Amino acid sequence: MKSKKEVQKVSDSLSVKASPHVRKSARLETLMFDMEIALLPVVLFAAYRFGFGAVKVIMASVLACVVTEWIYDACLKRETGITDGSAVVTGLLLGLTLPSDINLYVPVIGGIFATLIVVLLYGGYGQHFMLPALASRCFLLISFAEEMTTYTVDGISSATPLAVLQAGGAPNLTDMFLGNINGSIVEVSTVAVLLGFFYLIVRKAVKLVPPVIYVLSFVMYMGLFGGHGFDMSYIGAQILGGGFIFSVAFFAGDMIINPKTVAGQVIYGVLMGVLTGVYRTMGFAPESVSYAIICCNLLIPLIDKFLPGKAKEAA
Amino acid sequence: MKNKHLDAIYNGIIRENPIFVLMLGMCPTLAVTTSAINGAGMGVSTTVVLILSNMLIAALRKIIPDGVRMPAYIVVVATFVTLVDFIMEAFTKDLYGALGLYIPLIVVNCIILGRAEAYASKNTVTMSACDGIGMGLGFTVALIVIGLVREFLGAGTAFGITIYEASSIFEPIAIITKAPGAFLVLAMLAALQNKFKMKAATNGVNGGEEKGCASDCESCGTCK
Repeated sequence: MKSKKEVQKVSDSLSVKASPHVRKSARLETLMFDMEIALLPVVLFAAYRFGFGAVKVIMASVLACVVTEWIYDACLKRETGITDGSAVVTGLLLGLTLPSDINLYVPVIGGIFATLIVVLLYGGYGQHFMLPALASRCFLLISFAEEMTTYTVDGISSATPLAVLQAGGAPNLTDMFLGNINGSIVEVSTVAVLLGFFYLIVRKAVKLVPPVIYVLSFVMYMGLFGGHGFDMSYIGAQILGGGFIFSVAFFAGDMIINPKTVAGQVIYGVLMGVLTGVYRTMGFAPESVSYAIICCNLLIPLIDKFLPGKAKEAA
Repeated sequence: MKNKHLDAIYNGIIRENPIFVLMLGMCPTLAVTTSAINGAGMGVSTTVVLILSNMLIAALRKIIPDGVRMPAYIVVVATFVTLVDFIMEAFTKDLYGALGLYIPLIVVNCIILGRAEAYASKNTVTMSACDGIGMGLGFTVALIVIGLVREFLGAGTAFGITIYEASSIFEPIAIITKAPGAFLVLAMLAALQNKFKMKAATNGVNGGEEKGCASDCESCGTCK
């Protein structure tokens, strides 16, 4: 029978350290730095398009994330993890999905929620099970429904393209692509988002299978069940609207929140596409990509469990 | 603590608090704590049922045959719940409306059946009454605390009195009064209880030692 002291000794010799244990590597800093660079054109475009208001929102969200992690680490008396840049990236991603002129307490609460509850309480970056920025966006959508869905561009608030589409209208695709529309910060900067996405692909800082499958299955679903057939102007508007491009580029291919096997990633991509389509066609809120993706995040452990095989890292 | 009656009450409120320590009766806890008043109403009605059913079951403990004890307990509990249900409908109409289905559901509350099975069926009437008071108060206090936190964060009020209103600086976080908020607040409060090592039975060092148990199960024979 082991006494309590002996048990203590064993655990000492195993040198158990504070989490995250496994998935955090020296590459995390590089990865996060790549993400920051990829997001830079989006932020710059937002600053150009919306002016200082959008910058304030993004800054508030980033600061909230970083300060929360710093305070949390200080409370636990451990070395702070803010230097790896993951909190900054979470803050950037969250801030970009918000309306540009929202009251500043919204991004601050969102940043605290994303960092503290979605990430840190589950053991830190690498141990979380859900995309923090998207989880936090859903949290904010439910909490501040009115503020989160009131978009103004150049002081004019109007219906978003997807709302127009749902009401039976036909938004102009060129305007949607170039950003002459109404919406959250990223919805109007498709070009900049694609630029960032290409940088991520070049740097291999993104998994390619889920985003590709996501787009394909979403197009298939909207073509089959969208009620307009494979009408390019309808499907094009669906793809360009509601932050879909941004989610494909920066959330679907996340290096941490993704199934480990290629087969799993295909399933994950199909699930996201179908669920996004279901929410778009049958849900009451047109902008529902975030709900679809975090629902699929929850299924990742199941996918990994029932598709054993070799956990081969997919590029 | 020397007095065994007081000890039984203290046990229910702090050391074996049904919500934060035993994690029993989660369904009404999550569902009705949208405000402190609702929490208090639920807590008090459950306490009344718990005390009365504990006493009656303790009094009948030598008569009820072992094979049918569960149905017997249910009948006893259901009787008192029906009484409370009617009394609340007659005298506290608003609260009755707010709690709705959760009053009849007290019948299947884990705390009540759990205490009947674990305590009242083995102890005297007075001791069971004290246990009922302690457990009931522990439940009530926990519900009021959860309700107060949710109300304050989610609606900006405390016991129905407005503390702050929505402005451009801050606005109540509506999700806290909805279902997800119940889980978040309960988890946070239970975590705080753990973190500050209140004298709870599950917190090894402080709470356990009073029972001669510091989570060191191998050298201890008490539980066997």
